[in-house]
Amino acid sequence: MKTYFRGAVAGIALAAAAMTSTVAQAADTIKVGILHSLSGTMAISETTLKDVMLMLIEEQNKKGGLLGKKLEAVVVDPASNWPLFAEKARELIEVKKVDVVFGCWTSVSRKSVLPVFEELNSILFYPVQYEGEESQKNVFYTGAAPNQQAIPAVDYLAEQEGVKRWVLAGTDYVYPRTTNKILETYLKDKGVPAEDIMINYTPFGHSDWQTIVADIKKFGSAGKKTAVVSTINGDANVPFYKELANQGIKAEDIPVVAFSVGEEELAGLDTAPLVGHLAAWNYFMSANTPENAAFIKKWKTFIKNDKRVTNDPMEAHYIGFNMWVKAVEIAGTTKPDAVIDSIVGVTVPNLTGGVSAMMPNHHITKPVLIGEIQANGQFETVSSTPGLVPGDAWSDFLPGSKDLISDWRKPMSCGNFNVKTGKCSGKGS
Amino acid sequence: MARILPSLLFFLALAWLIPSGPAQASDEALQAQIDALGTGGFSDTAKQIQALAASGDDRVVPALQALLAGKLYVRPSDKKVFITEKAEGGFTLIDPLSGKDMATSDSFSVKKIRVNNRLRRELKAALGGLTLLSKNPAARLKAAGAVFKSQDPDMLVPLEAAILKETEDKVRKALQGARAAVQLKSDVPEADKIAALKLIEERGDRDALSVALAAAAQSEGAVKAAAEATAKSIRQNLELWGAAQNVWYGLSLGSVLLLAAIGLAITFGVMGVINMAHGEMVMIGAYVTFMVQEVIRTSMPEMFAYSLLISVPLAFLVAGAIGMAVERCIIRFLYGRPLETLLATWGLSLVLQQAVRTIFGPSNREVGTPDYMAGAFEIGHLTITYNRLWIIVFSLVVLFALMAVLKKTSLGLQMRAVTQNRRMAGAMGIRTSWVDAVTFGLGSGIAGIAGVALSQIDNVSPNLGQSYIIDSFMVVVFGGVGNLWGTLVGAMTLGVANKFLEPYAGAVLGKVLVLVFIILFIQKRPRGLFALKGRAIET
Repeated sequence: MKTYFRGAVAGIALAAAAMTSTVAQAADTIKVGILHSLSGTMAISETTLKDVMLMLIEEQNKKGGLLGKKLEAVVVDPASNWPLFAEKARELIEVKKVDVVFGCWTSVSRKSVLPVFEELNSILFYPVQYEGEESQKNVFYTGAAPNQQAIPAVDYLAEQEGVKRWVLAGTDYVYPRTTNKILETYLKDKGVPAEDIMINYTPFGHSDWQTIVADIKKFGSAGKKTAVVSTINGDANVPFYKELANQGIKAEDIPVVAFSVGEEELAGLDTAPLVGHLAAWNYFMSANTPENAAFIKKWKTFIKNDKRVTNDPMEAHYIGFNMWVKAVEIAGTTKPDAVIDSIVGVTVPNLTGGVSAMMPNHHITKPVLIGEIQANGQFETVSSTPGLVPGDAWSDFLPGSKDLISDWRKPMSCGNFNVKTGKCSGKGS
Repeated sequence: MARILPSLLFFLALAWLIPSGPAQASDEALQAQIDALGTGGFSDTAKQIQALAASGDDRVVPALQALLAGKLYVRPSDKKVFITEKAEGGFTLIDPLSGKDMATSDSFSVKKIRVNNRLRRELKAALGGLTLLSKNPAARLKAAGAVFKSQDPDMLVPLEAAILKETEDKVRKALQGARAAVQLKSDVPEADKIAALKLIEERGDRDALSVALAAAAQSEGAVKAAAEATAKSIRQNLELWGAAQNVWYGLSLGSVLLLAAIGLAITFGVMGVINMAHGEMVMIGAYVTFMVQEVIRTSMPEMFAYSLLISVPLAFLVAGAIGMAVERCIIRFLYGRPLETLLATWGLSLVLQQAVRTIFGPSNREVGTPDYMAGAFEIGHLTITYNRLWIIVFSLVVLFALMAVLKKTSLGLQMRAVTQNRRMAGAMGIRTSWVDAVTFGLGSGIAGIAGVALSQIDNVSPNLGQSYIIDSFMVVVFGGVGNLWGTLVGAMTLGVANKFLEPYAGAVLGKVLVLVFIILFIQKRPRGLFALKGRAIET
């Protein structure tokens, strides 16, 4: 309690110091904008990402900064308010004159800032797994596209667990809806009949899961192995898992594979009854590599709390930040156009022992890991793709986007090039 | 070797005393088989588990149980496998066969043997087969359940033996059910399969339906027809139970709504204050529970079971004190100005949320569940979870306690007097402003108590209160402002209606429909279900 308070005071002092120093040092620093909600509903997830960015910037400065200049973090709080995201993005670029922005979590916040970044021609690194169907010149997507998370997870369940019946459960907004549409088509292409797929949506923050869990139980008693693919978001997960445990659904009977449940979400939960339920990510804190051990150690020292965990979007920021640093070094300038040109093809080590590369479609290559929840709140990797999977901006399983590709290299420079008509349909989203 | 020797001798002695079962493997061979669990990948381990299960030797049971519980470790230096118990600074290593303490180890020199879902299924099936003849009836019952799930055709012979030996009716029934499930999977004559289906029908739960449907899909002719008939009859039966289950879910949702709304029934219903910060009082109650548990965890872990009991009065006092402070500092200046009250309390709710976020951090806090609130039991085919049951009981206790306070105490009398006719009450010598503060404090305190209960089913995060505020207002308005009975009936009606709509309309549309229904209802009866009569309400 005391430490939180002290942290808050120190934070306010730091912010005040940063504000006064902007004027004096304006010419000598490279400014990095951080656009994550520090209040409101999304603060639960986004505050951590703000902290990890501060850590990465501090570390880069210890190494001597970038292009001989120090990096300076500019933190703003869009307060989980989607229109405010756009305003704050404009403030960062126009008023604070930042060279790059790391931020956003929900798809709706990203969509809200897209026009701003396009108009003012700046750069955004977006660190969260999302529904795809987008590729924009000014945005770099360091989280997973559906083919880097959802499809391999379904494959794992079908092959390793012999699942024949599927419950696609999600929160009612764009990411689950699109992901489930892709998965539904994918499963039907694989020969799963329509009556073996159940789709269910719940509102944000849904807390009474009794009927839905009972429905899943009912759906699961048709004599075929059943699994739940969950795109349930954030807060609603805890009561969902509690209800599963209470109604005695074990992972051996009906496994749940989740795309939005990571180490942070499990931190508020007794995981003993959940052992064996799955999650698909591109990074787990339990990854046994020297890079990851070093990262975790740095994080715990930086945040001054030995119990804090690391998660997938944090790794995405780690990769994104290092890619940006490398691209700026290659370009020799922080000018957005030069960086956008030089970053394609840049490779940096990720935390799971591989080397991730920035693709021409502004997505990156990532390994896909399937992990089982353990009693200590960590994931145990039970399956990983042999190599890295390149992110696919336009899903091959949706009728509208099958023929689209994205390549931001010259001369194509197009976010949605239709290979059938040979035309670029304008903007990238 | 020197360490193994005593246990070997011990075992030789044991083997001498107990007449050995069929084909007992030697200790070394068994030990080697167990040690092999520690090498290779998941599929190697799966094969080893099958081999151990095939040995039929129940001495391997502790090792398999430990593997399932994640307590089986391998020592990479000599590839020996041990059951471990956590000890100071590491583990105590226990020999998996003799159950004796062998050594202690730090946590780095041993490695946990990993299991995944497939291995967990293998292990449960293996343990089921091995413990069919256990001395403990509960273990035999569990074994029967495991065999029912695994449906391993090789288990038919051991099952027959176990059924013959069984003395307890309940266990025998479970064993016969398991045999029926196995028979349907194996190639026994048709007549046996049809007899088996009868037993499956008797069992009649979801697992039985699953077995019947699988049998219908796999077999032909008479068996297929019988299996389909069985599945149909089980399904019809389950539909009935499903309706009962929906009522229960509805009551349970209703009790949560009731808990959240009782406090509001006082502040809004009795006093007429539109208190948008009501949800935050609920949240504060949940955080009090978290703090109480933190203190108990660090200083007196044995008291954990009482943590909720301790939290209830504390949450009442903390939330009540904050409520009184709010009334004294803000709300009393705004009586009679509903719009300003609404805006001021809404702002206050944001302030309280952010204050909690600054103090405790934005992430969820873990509030533990005492044992008596975890798990479920069954009545027929009705699954009743303990936490929901306790919350229903708790919400009713709170409601009736509050009614008693309002009806039987002098404080309650003063409250009613002030709300009915403030001037007259003042003229009778009641300190009306003091009564206002206490009434608001009481409503807030009850919201705090609700927070203790809600911490058991929802996230303890700064946003906890937000999700309940709309529902609470709905309940109070629907039930009739100023009437506690109305709050009770309103909460339960909305709960049950919601749960019956959910399976057909989905959770999102279900909520919309309920909202539309309430709007229409309020058009017809603006004062809710139980309107107070008289002049007081008009002013």
